[in-house]
Amino acid sequence: MNSTPAIELKNITKTFGSVVANKNVCLEVRKGEILSILGENGSGKTTLMNMISGIYFPDEGQIFVDGKEVVIRSPRDAFDHKIGMIHQHFKLVDVFSAAENIILGLDDEKKFDIKEVEKKVAEITERYGFSLDPAKKIYEMAVSEKQTVEIIRVLYREADILILDEPTAVLTPQEAKKLFAVLRRMRDDGKAIIIITHKLHEVLSLSDRVTVLRKGEYIGTVNTSEADEKSLTEMMVGKKVELNIERDEPKNISPRLVVENVNCVNREGVNLLNDVSFTAYSGEILGIAGIAGSGQRELLESIAGLQKLYGGKIIYNNPKTGKSEDLRDKTPQQIRELGVRLSFVPEDRLGMGLVGNMDIVDNMMLRSYRKGKGIFLHRTGPKNLAEEIIKQLEVVTPGASTPVRRLSGGNVQKVLVGREIASSPKVLMAAYPVRGLDINSAYTIYNLLNEQKRKGTAVIFVGEDLDVLLELCDRIVVLCAGSISGIVDARTTTKEEIGILMTKSKGAEINE
Amino acid sequence: MNNKKHRRVHEPFATVVKRDGMIWYKAWGVRLLAIALALCVCSVVLVVLTGMLGNVYNPIEIFAAMFKGNFGTSRKVWNTLHDMALLLCISLAVTPAFKMKFWNIGAEGQTLIGGLCAAACMRYMGASVPPALMIPVMTVVCILSGVIWGIIPAFFKAKYNTNETLFTLMMNYVAMQLVRVMIAIWVPSGSGILQAMKVGRLPVLFGIRPLFNIIVVAVLTVGMFVYLKYSKHGYEISVVGESENTARYIGINVKKVILRTMALSGGLCGLAGMLIVAGTDYTVASGSAGGMGFTAIMVSWLAKFNPIVMVLTSLLIVFFEGGASEIATAFRLNQSIADIVTGIILFFIIGSEFFVNYKINFRSHKNHKEV
Amino acid sequence: MNALAVISLIVVILSNSIRQSIPLLFGSTGEIITEKSGNLNLGIPGIMYMGGISGIIGSYIYEKYAAVPNAFFGIVIALCSALIGSGLLALIYSFLTVTLKANQNVTGLAITTFGTGFGDFFGGSLTTIMGDGGNLQLQYVPGYFKATLPFASKLGDVGTLLFSYGFMTYVAIIIAIFAAYFLNKTRTGLHLRAVGENPATADAAGISVSRYKYLATTIGGMIAGLGGFYFIMDYTGGSWTNGGMGDRGWLAIALVIFATWKPNFAILGSIVFGGLYIAYNYVSGVFSMLPNADRIRPVVQECFNSLPYLVTIVVLIITSMRNKKENQPPQSLGLPYFREER
Repeated sequence: MNSTPAIELKNITKTFGSVVANKNVCLEVRKGEILSILGENGSGKTTLMNMISGIYFPDEGQIFVDGKEVVIRSPRDAFDHKIGMIHQHFKLVDVFSAAENIILGLDDEKKFDIKEVEKKVAEITERYGFSLDPAKKIYEMAVSEKQTVEIIRVLYREADILILDEPTAVLTPQEAKKLFAVLRRMRDDGKAIIIITHKLHEVLSLSDRVTVLRKGEYIGTVNTSEADEKSLTEMMVGKKVELNIERDEPKNISPRLVVENVNCVNREGVNLLNDVSFTAYSGEILGIAGIAGSGQRELLESIAGLQKLYGGKIIYNNPKTGKSEDLRDKTPQQIRELGVRLSFVPEDRLGMGLVGNMDIVDNMMLRSYRKGKGIFLHRTGPKNLAEEIIKQLEVVTPGASTPVRRLSGGNVQKVLVGREIASSPKVLMAAYPVRGLDINSAYTIYNLLNEQKRKGTAVIFVGEDLDVLLELCDRIVVLCAGSISGIVDARTTTKEEIGILMTKSKGAEINE
Repeated sequence: MNNKKHRRVHEPFATVVKRDGMIWYKAWGVRLLAIALALCVCSVVLVVLTGMLGNVYNPIEIFAAMFKGNFGTSRKVWNTLHDMALLLCISLAVTPAFKMKFWNIGAEGQTLIGGLCAAACMRYMGASVPPALMIPVMTVVCILSGVIWGIIPAFFKAKYNTNETLFTLMMNYVAMQLVRVMIAIWVPSGSGILQAMKVGRLPVLFGIRPLFNIIVVAVLTVGMFVYLKYSKHGYEISVVGESENTARYIGINVKKVILRTMALSGGLCGLAGMLIVAGTDYTVASGSAGGMGFTAIMVSWLAKFNPIVMVLTSLLIVFFEGGASEIATAFRLNQSIADIVTGIILFFIIGSEFFVNYKINFRSHKNHKEV
Repeated sequence: MNALAVISLIVVILSNSIRQSIPLLFGSTGEIITEKSGNLNLGIPGIMYMGGISGIIGSYIYEKYAAVPNAFFGIVIALCSALIGSGLLALIYSFLTVTLKANQNVTGLAITTFGTGFGDFFGGSLTTIMGDGGNLQLQYVPGYFKATLPFASKLGDVGTLLFSYGFMTYVAIIIAIFAAYFLNKTRTGLHLRAVGENPATADAAGISVSRYKYLATTIGGMIAGLGGFYFIMDYTGGSWTNGGMGDRGWLAIALVIFATWKPNFAILGSIVFGGLYIAYNYVSGVFSMLPNADRIRPVVQECFNSLPYLVTIVVLIITSMRNKKENQPPQSLGLPYFREER
């Protein structure tokens, strides 16, 4: 193995406003190796890689390529140093063909001939066993095809340093397996490969070494052969923490929300939910697990009346009237008018749950502004509520009239959850409610959810941290590629069992 | 070692960062500074231009003339206030749509169509219908016409996501042509000029012709401020403008809000058209709106969509347009100098927003001390 | 009317339509290139005025100081001043919207205010400023632009249809064809389209978004400026009337939509628009048979003048209803781009 690192980062620091995304991060990748960057969501992995690929510019620190210090101001500089990045969110132009996207930005001083490009693309796809029509337009493609375009784009440029940002998040296990085979082949070719992930089994099976980040800080690098899931998890989350989330036995359970054979199709005709059926009981926390993009968002949005469904029923049993209502094909407003007490903490807090530029009082009003007679707003109630939430949930803010955009992530979430709980819901759905939160805020949220459970609310909790799901929830629904692959008892199941269910799509092999 | 020199060359000179938000007095300081700079540039331009025409004036003289042109006599004060009121009225009209991020640049056409309807009412009803009935009817007709003109693009935006900027822009010219067609019908001589009509005029209060319009607009200003800030509709507009996703999430019918808001926007423009035609001009022409539909966009935007601040921004624009036109007369310049001066001022104010919203971090060497 | 006369009439109508179409074609080709970079430049009307007045100023000074005006220098000086004038104004737009990230609609409208003001000011005052007084009318330079090929008049209908125009007409068509080729068949064109569709992607691919936006907007502005320049030099023969260019700037923007952002379509589209502009001249004959012909004719004329806008609206609606990706406005049209946004 060559001893000069292909790329080396020294003491990289990057801040956005008052948020420190990376602090004194060091990193080294050798030629002919696969390095995993491991870290939880929000640990600064993607920001770090964006600095290597020229999207962001570091505030401090140095980058060395082949032992020479370089300044990467723009993606073009990154290309010049043979660095190629495959983004998690594809950077493709929709109305262009695959071939046009692949040569975008490339100036090889050859005559511009799209037919030649298509030929060369075909060669690459054949060599690595991809299947792709180079003349196909991006807007006609499925997600995995788009990723193929991204990867071929980097290969086309003969990059020596490849960065992949959570490449398997959107892939089926078979596709992931294929991808890994390609990556190994490239490693054997002498290329340096960086793969960002938070899936331990991928790290262990694929990479040679692992660098761990935690909350923007560099924790350490270990050889994969000397590591196991336990040691890596410890590095990733800090010392092995017993979460000690309190969990009461569910009391007075009764079916509150019955989801039957729900199907949902996106605009491109891809199935996002396949015959999903489960029941959420009052007085329990129902967890929903699954790798990112397995249909969690669509499921919650379907229940909240934000998705058009193709088939299925969503029955709400109203504890007050004893009536059952089908919520399917109803708008959020109609659902509320039926007397359904449904609260929803969406994943996208500032893009959906709250309005960043509005102050806390006005954000409180989002749910309640229609209340009261006349055409004018009644701000007294929301103002009192805002002050109550600030006091009770210890929201750190200069005041109730501060735009929520200026609050830190944890405080934003407290405002959102506080508002959703304030209407004493009978069903409370929360999507990734602790993502990006510090440990204290996270516990505040767990306590709030537990409090709702005790009050007899049916709580649906979508989470990504299996430890939390196991300790907080009563039952866990595992989603895989839009289907339910299992419903397990959180008290008796194991992490491994859920992990297996998460990757068990129809007909696919579990072993990776 | 020799990398060290190399590195400095390659480092970006400055990076631009978005601000978290500037304190209001600093932001207004920046804007005032921009206006001051713009005035300096304008005075240079004016001195050069008057110089080219063989007269040498100093800038102070020129600005004094500007001030005199706007506030020199009580009649001029009223005129300035009236111009300001009309511009403000259209600015108020476009504001709810803009707040919703619906880029309605069709105010010119919506105003014109209202003016055209006012002229039609005056022509066909003015002589036969008593004023007490005539004015309410005319008001309704004018507002309705503006509503129709505004709601057509909104409908296609809501239904097919048709680009509203381009659509409303085209609607302006359809309105202008419609005015020309009607004038061709009304004026048999073919002169294309409709003589001032004697009947169906809006009332003149205390013998001051602009007063009625000014009062109407003053009421509208307060009304719009209250509507946007304190009404449920205003709240919905803000939510839709800030984030359509949030609006959907809390069950706002986004399409309905778009249609309703554009109806309001167009309706107010129609009313402005009536104020112009039945309140002061007593005739209509394809240029009746006088480009105010476009200027209003800038007034509204400069005021950050706040109706009260719009009083100031519309005064600012009217002041420079009126002042420049006074200079033109006083110093024997072409009237179009007003547009040049307004253009320059706008460039500076538009540019100054950057310094309010963004921060420039210049290159620093402290990162490399340890090398 | 025999067949030959009909053909002659059609030829006359067509050639007149083409004369009307050229300012629109320049304007819309320029605007298409600008919009392909994601900049919706509503300053095009002002920029066209600027191109016209700068051309006049350059020519006027040349005519005043040249001992013996000569075609070559006349053309070069007039063209260069038109390009510089419109280019500078487009550069101001680029600086405000790209570097200072200002709102494009507001900036464009301010540019139009400034440009029309600048044009009308100097159009009215140039002779006074130059110490001559009187009305502005160029003597020689417009002649160079209006000159047609000597044999054109001898070729009958074919000559009228194909060769009866000044050279700027052919320049307009060549620029439009080249622009179509450039956008679809060259690497730079591909990059430009990427910037307008998805600047973040273009940026990640190593394309300098700001540079492309600057260049496309400035060059687009210069081309549009030639539209105003053609109008003044060729169409009106070197004189200036206040607001004489009318709404041609806005029509050029309408034409961009009509041509669904394709310069080659804009060639045909501009002739259609030009035809609509003059069509009333030819249909008015029909109305002259009616009683009250004198009264009806102006009404019909104004109705015809609204056709380009109505047709554009219909095209805009149909393309958005069909929702075919290739016929849509560039995806990021009108939006500023800031890389570190998050």
